[in-house]
Amino acid sequence: MTIPVLEFRNVSKQFGAIHALDNMDFALMPGEIIGLMGDNGAGKSTTVKLIAGNFQPTAGEILLGGKSTRFADSLDARDHGIEVVYQDLALCDNLTAADNVFLGREIMRRIGPVRILDYRAMADRAAALFAELKSETRPRDLVRMMSGGQRQAVAIARTRLTNSRIVLMDEPTAAISVRQVAEVLDLILRLKDQGVTVVLISHRMPDVFTVADRLIVLRRGQKVADKRIADSSPEEATGLITGAIERA
Amino acid sequence: MGSTPQKSGTSQGAGLDTFQVIVRYAAPIFLVLLILVFALLEPRFLHPLNVLNVLRQVSISGLVAVGMTFVILTAGIDLSVGSLVALAGLVGALVAKGGVADRFALEVGASAGNPVYLAAAAAILVGMAAGFLQGIVITKLRVPPFVVTLGGLTAFRGLALLVSSGGPISGFDTDFTWWGQGRILTVPVPVILFFSAAIIAHLVLRYSRFGKHVYAIGGNARAAALNGVPVDRIVISVYVISGFFCGLAAFLLSARLNSAEAVAGSGLELTVIAAVVIGGTSLFGGVGTIFGTVTGALLIGVLTNGLVLLNVSSFVQQIVIGVILVAAVALDQFASSRRQAT
Repeated sequence: MTIPVLEFRNVSKQFGAIHALDNMDFALMPGEIIGLMGDNGAGKSTTVKLIAGNFQPTAGEILLGGKSTRFADSLDARDHGIEVVYQDLALCDNLTAADNVFLGREIMRRIGPVRILDYRAMADRAAALFAELKSETRPRDLVRMMSGGQRQAVAIARTRLTNSRIVLMDEPTAAISVRQVAEVLDLILRLKDQGVTVVLISHRMPDVFTVADRLIVLRRGQKVADKRIADSSPEEATGLITGAIERA
Repeated sequence: MGSTPQKSGTSQGAGLDTFQVIVRYAAPIFLVLLILVFALLEPRFLHPLNVLNVLRQVSISGLVAVGMTFVILTAGIDLSVGSLVALAGLVGALVAKGGVADRFALEVGASAGNPVYLAAAAAILVGMAAGFLQGIVITKLRVPPFVVTLGGLTAFRGLALLVSSGGPISGFDTDFTWWGQGRILTVPVPVILFFSAAIIAHLVLRYSRFGKHVYAIGGNARAAALNGVPVDRIVISVYVISGFFCGLAAFLLSARLNSAEAVAGSGLELTVIAAVVIGGTSLFGGVGTIFGTVTGALLIGVLTNGLVLLNVSSFVQQIVIGVILVAAVALDQFASSRRQAT
């Protein structure tokens, strides 16, 4: 059996008296797309922040590739191959697509004693990443001028700079037009093709049921369902989220 | 889907219609027109002596404007520059004089002071220290730059008055005044320093990781932080850079006037911010160039000089500069609303 890329074992997270997450158990497999669903306050963002290294568990264990891990912070988690695509995409509108892809991880080259930005290398690499994602985005265009789908491509291309194993996507389709949703779901499938595990946090039932392999539903800090998409239905998922269905 | 062509993206990315080209280069175009008009109306305007004079006048506020550009690019502001120029200039003068006792010793060599490089270093260090202090308050105590540097504007002026006991410090050795009055191959020293600084600043903003991060912070500071940009360190740095240029400008100003006083640089912050903004740098951060700032500084200098030569009252000059400032920003806003609309 393959080793899960990431595993939660009895993970709990408390903030003072508040139990944000109770005894969470799950395993993420390579190249799997997991739809993480739940109402507001169900523990989705706590889960994501635990994976991304923003929080550390109060109790329990997080295993990365079978080994117990504790991330110091989000940059540490990123160094371990966990990338996050934030809901607002964390883009700088005033910079080009390539600048944004390489923000904080710029490629430099030497001229004598000084190191300068290697614009060409970054543009070439960004172009290759966009091609890999089958996106029309052009490296030297300003992000300000881009469509929602292209902006997503820029944020997702960022996650492909290193050999990341897990990409967390927070409501990637919440703020874009219907036409662009299909484009974004396509990008997610491209990531899967590269063997990346994608955790898709979404309120949008059709999106999860279009691309996800597995569904994890949280309610009040507990996992109430963890099943293959093929064995579930949007109706069941809605019931699980609201509590109409206790567990599945 | 991936195959759907992004029509809007392709046509816009290709760039700029004629209108946008005019907007983007509005300041340089206006500068050239202005020079042509003044040259036609007043032959003395293009006389080499006058040209060098304009450049020398521009260079000191221009140096401060170069530093201000870094600050404004991060969506900050530095209102303290005028007061800081006074304070740094006085400290530099005191070091040159070796104390307050000799402040009025006008004859050359009369003071038992320090070498000029120590005086210059003192002025620059005062500037950088003040910038560092303001940067720390802005980033660590989360006080908005406008407030912190407004406090600096008042406090540094008060400190300058205190340091100087209200009076000027005048009469320096010629190796001191050379930095303000001297020439290299007929070009005034401050002019050479101004253009050198502008070129270096341009290269830093365009080709260094630091420069890229300055733009990123101005565009979206939170995004920059999430991507591992050391936001606080860079914000502090831009105020230190602004302080550095204040110190350098202060030293050059004392050298040119052969005097430092606590009222030096009054209102300088407004001239400098006007130059940066006329040059196309957005007060919201993230957009702007050193080339624009140099253009803006030259524009103000040329305008002032030309109007003086034409015997236009200095009151009218202020009106004209005010109108141009607002027009430059209005043009920018109009252009960006058009961009968004397409």
